[in-house]
Amino acid sequence: MVQALAAGERGAVYQRPHLGVDVRSWEARVAGVATCAAQHAARVDTEGVFPAEAVEAMRAEGLLGAWIDRSMGGLGVSVEQIAWACGEIGQRCASSAMVFAMHQIQVASLVRHTAGSDWWRARLGEIAATQRLIASATSEVGVGGDLRSSKCALQLDESFGTVTKQAPVISYGLEADDILATARRAEDAPPGDQQLVLLRRSECVLEQTSRWEALGMRGTCSHGFTLKAHFPMDAVVPEAFARIATDTMVPVSHLLWASVWLGIATDAVRRARTFARDDARRSGRTGGSARLAHLVARLHAFRSAVHEEVREFSARMHDPDALGTMAYAIRVNNLKVNASESLVEIVQGAMLVAGIAGYRTDTPVSIGRHLRDGLGALVMINNDRIVAANASLLLASRED
Amino acid sequence: MRDRIRSVLHQHAQLAQSIEELSDDADLYRAGLTSHATVNVMLALEDEFEIEFPESLLLRRTFGSVTAIEQALSSVPSSSARP
Repeated sequence: MVQALAAGERGAVYQRPHLGVDVRSWEARVAGVATCAAQHAARVDTEGVFPAEAVEAMRAEGLLGAWIDRSMGGLGVSVEQIAWACGEIGQRCASSAMVFAMHQIQVASLVRHTAGSDWWRARLGEIAATQRLIASATSEVGVGGDLRSSKCALQLDESFGTVTKQAPVISYGLEADDILATARRAEDAPPGDQQLVLLRRSECVLEQTSRWEALGMRGTCSHGFTLKAHFPMDAVVPEAFARIATDTMVPVSHLLWASVWLGIATDAVRRARTFARDDARRSGRTGGSARLAHLVARLHAFRSAVHEEVREFSARMHDPDALGTMAYAIRVNNLKVNASESLVEIVQGAMLVAGIAGYRTDTPVSIGRHLRDGLGALVMINNDRIVAANASLLLASRED
Repeated sequence: MRDRIRSVLHQHAQLAQSIEELSDDADLYRAGLTSHATVNVMLALEDEFEIEFPESLLLRRTFGSVTAIEQALSSVPSSSARP
């Protein structure tokens, strides 16, 4: 058994501009991180390494406490602002943006479902104060990719518990400070009766079982592990995971993933525009590219759809009845399917505009990384599975 | 009414334990009710009671226990009754 591997080596120190504490705007903080992510994006992709520098920049700017209330030491920004940040970082480095998004999803699940507990208030305060990065261990070998089904179970005695999970994927598991895992509530509970437990890396032993060698999103380092943990009882989130999934984890995942994908599409179109402009200058043609114009129209429709769904969640987020309907589940699922398909179509379109210059990997208008990162959107929770879920829900729901 | 609800659950809920072992207030999700099975339970309840659930009742907690289902069925307005 591999003894708990040391938390990821921190990258080069990110120099935050000295403008005093806490006075910088969200936009300025995110811009600093995005610039840093851009500088390391190519190497992160080529070598398949964790974007340590960009995550260090997130820490320096306080971004890992973005969703945590100011009274607990976080930045307390809105879901709209966090979604926007996913897009900004996603335009530069999709892996960095996806790590940021996944962390925020875990934090949102904790913030929104532990209110009123002093223990959790202190734990969230610690996450904000020391900028702890949270990974997720929700998938499991043998459950067919179903978030709402677990095989492993919490074994609890009076004050401590243990859990052993075969996780086919824990994105940035080696680099995280905490891991949020799902498990059945007890040994005799059915697969859908799950709870969340927040594990410190020091409470975990991670035995790596596979290495993340993927077409895209290579910096997420989504290796496979056997996770064994021994934790205090307080670390079990009291609320049933079923509720956390419906009200927070599923909708926030789809909103923030779609925002990252919007960032990828935005940059692909930007590269196509750069090519078309340079091409017009060289050739003296001023008619422009009809294909590019069409592409920009598709991008605008994609952007509008993401913004609308972020606003919709924001309007519903404090009303569990509004989040728990079948109609809303269908709607959120549709965002995932539509956004991922739009992304791939837009990136392919951008490739056609930029032609061979876009196909090459050594030009300023290369679209290769965008295409590889973007294809992952179709299969991270496979669209076929989501469409099948909606087909079932549509038997019940009547909302248009 | 409860007997008819229990009969529907027996046939469609696919619980990890028998519905007879569960009280009216027992949490059906804890007993293994999945979202997929919820759809089947809902359709079977509509057939059994000849009603249509309004969209506002298509919530997770509507189907959370025998008592919750009973309350939901009682609240379905008569205009939702099938012709």
